[in-house]
Amino acid sequence: MSTLTQQPAEPEPTPPPASVSPKATGTVRRHRPLRWLPLAPATVLLLLFLGGPIVYCVAIAFTDMQLTGSSSTSFVGFDNFQRAFDDKHFRNAVVLTLTFTFLSSIVGQNTLGLALALLMRRASKPVRTLTGSIVIAAWVVPEIVAGFLLYAFFRDEGTLNSVLDWAHLPSQDWLYSAPIVAVSIANVWRGTAFSMLIYSAALSDVPREITEAAEVDGAGGWRQLWFITLPMIRRSIGTNLMLNTLQTLSVFGLIWAMTRGGPGNRSQTLPVFMYDQAFLKALIGYGTAVALLLLLIGALFSAVYLRLLRTEV
Amino acid sequence: MSSSSLPATPAPPAGVPVPAPAPPRAPVRRTRGAARRLRRRAGVDLALLAIAALFVLPLVWLLFASLDADASLRVGAPSPATMDNFDAVWTQEITFRPMLNSLLLCGGATLLTVVCAALAAYPLSRYRSRLVRPYLLTVLFTTCLPLTAIMVPVYGLYVQVELIDSLLGTALFLAATQLPFAIWLMKNFMDGVPIALEEAAWTDGASWLQTLLRIILPLMGPGLTVVTIYSFIMMWGNFFVPFMLLLTPDQLPASVTLFTFFGSYDTVVYGQLAAFSILYSTPVILLYVLIARKLGGGFALGGAVKG
Repeated sequence: MSTLTQQPAEPEPTPPPASVSPKATGTVRRHRPLRWLPLAPATVLLLLFLGGPIVYCVAIAFTDMQLTGSSSTSFVGFDNFQRAFDDKHFRNAVVLTLTFTFLSSIVGQNTLGLALALLMRRASKPVRTLTGSIVIAAWVVPEIVAGFLLYAFFRDEGTLNSVLDWAHLPSQDWLYSAPIVAVSIANVWRGTAFSMLIYSAALSDVPREITEAAEVDGAGGWRQLWFITLPMIRRSIGTNLMLNTLQTLSVFGLIWAMTRGGPGNRSQTLPVFMYDQAFLKALIGYGTAVALLLLLIGALFSAVYLRLLRTEV
Repeated sequence: MSSSSLPATPAPPAGVPVPAPAPPRAPVRRTRGAARRLRRRAGVDLALLAIAALFVLPLVWLLFASLDADASLRVGAPSPATMDNFDAVWTQEITFRPMLNSLLLCGGATLLTVVCAALAAYPLSRYRSRLVRPYLLTVLFTTCLPLTAIMVPVYGLYVQVELIDSLLGTALFLAATQLPFAIWLMKNFMDGVPIALEEAAWTDGASWLQTLLRIILPLMGPGLTVVTIYSFIMMWGNFFVPFMLLLTPDQLPASVTLFTFFGSYDTVVYGQLAAFSILYSTPVILLYVLIARKLGGGFALGGAVKG
């Protein structure tokens, strides 16, 4: 298995210095609390700049704080959450976030990444290298450049429509007619490389003898895939789905660059909605409540991911 | 495969096509299998090339547009190719200042991240304690959190403590966001350095800091490079954090100026925008190639990422 599977077990295999030489043990034992000092800078930075905002986030989510500041801020309990669930724009954002995540992460990146990894194992070397480099290039390009490129690609007078014209297919203004599909495809374009890399690593760990044995027994390509390959890499599939989903939940720059959540609110996923409420509508308290919900969903997924890693060991 | 090579078999009536017995038929089947395999490989190659073509289109547009004096949104070879767009953006205002800002912001934050991560990784990798595992799990958990979500509270907090619009404040936050993953990677690389050499240094009376600086870090050179470059790439590409926390135009890094540059959609000169995009992307692409080499084939990063 790749590095993915083994790391949580790491603390055990690490040779404990204390047990190796009596002399070392002596020195280390004497400065017991102080020897953890190197951990301090990182811990302080994490507590101040990540822990702080998270605590602050929880606190503000229950107030009616506004960006204009001077007006007094008061505790409003669960009003912000109540308001969110009653707000049709919020519900719209939730639906769009689910659509975006489902289309781009679960269907797009995951399936396309797996397909690419499977095909690349059978392709000739030059084709494999070329395809790999191109897909990875799309991943390496900074987010905002990717947003700009795909904006140009999907625009009315953009490349996609010229390809469709050339193939005598109907063209349309994608950013207007199907903005959420356009940003989902953009996210697939940008994120597939990650899945491809994970699956390439996982597939290279599947022993060849097993697939060969299946071939001798007369199992065709699809049956091999379904009954042998997929079950053998199921853990990588779980990990990959989880990480893709987490990454997709927090996409902001790509959507902001392509559509700014528009037209109207038709591509306004939760991060964009949160930004819109907190800054453009100056409702920090409400925006933070939405942020907290997003954070909770993310925390849930993270916890499931850690659980998955642990059962793997 | 003439029948003369099969003296032992009962002679079939002449002229009747005989199903050849097993051994001689094998080579025929093999060539047929090879032909099928070749055909299948060609099919696979074609499918991959089709996908690659879809992926490469936007990139080709970028390249062509940057070389085209009057580029449109449609992909098309520039005629004639010119460097005018690059000349136009090659100025203090458009390229140098934002790139320098990016370098300061991301370079400073990367330095901080790497130093903190290396220090933190040492006890996590070398000492045994009941606290190590929960600490690492917390770090891993934080790695996965959608940090986009905390940008609103971070903004609110920064306004209150007056860190808003400060390069230092932004760099500190960037460092903190990248730190969990850097600690995780660094700890795993450090685990790979054998402890025997360190013991020798300890018996010679070296302190932990000396051991770390003189023995461990030099030995994990490639790992250190990977953590550094990876952190830098992630920060260089980060748009949301500086977009929220920095306000003064003179301080904005390239990711944000690129956005404001083409934020004025209709008046924009696409060729120049493409040229600037290429200039802005080049450092991270080169750095990626560098770590890809270091990790052997480059495909390892996917596995190492989110280890």
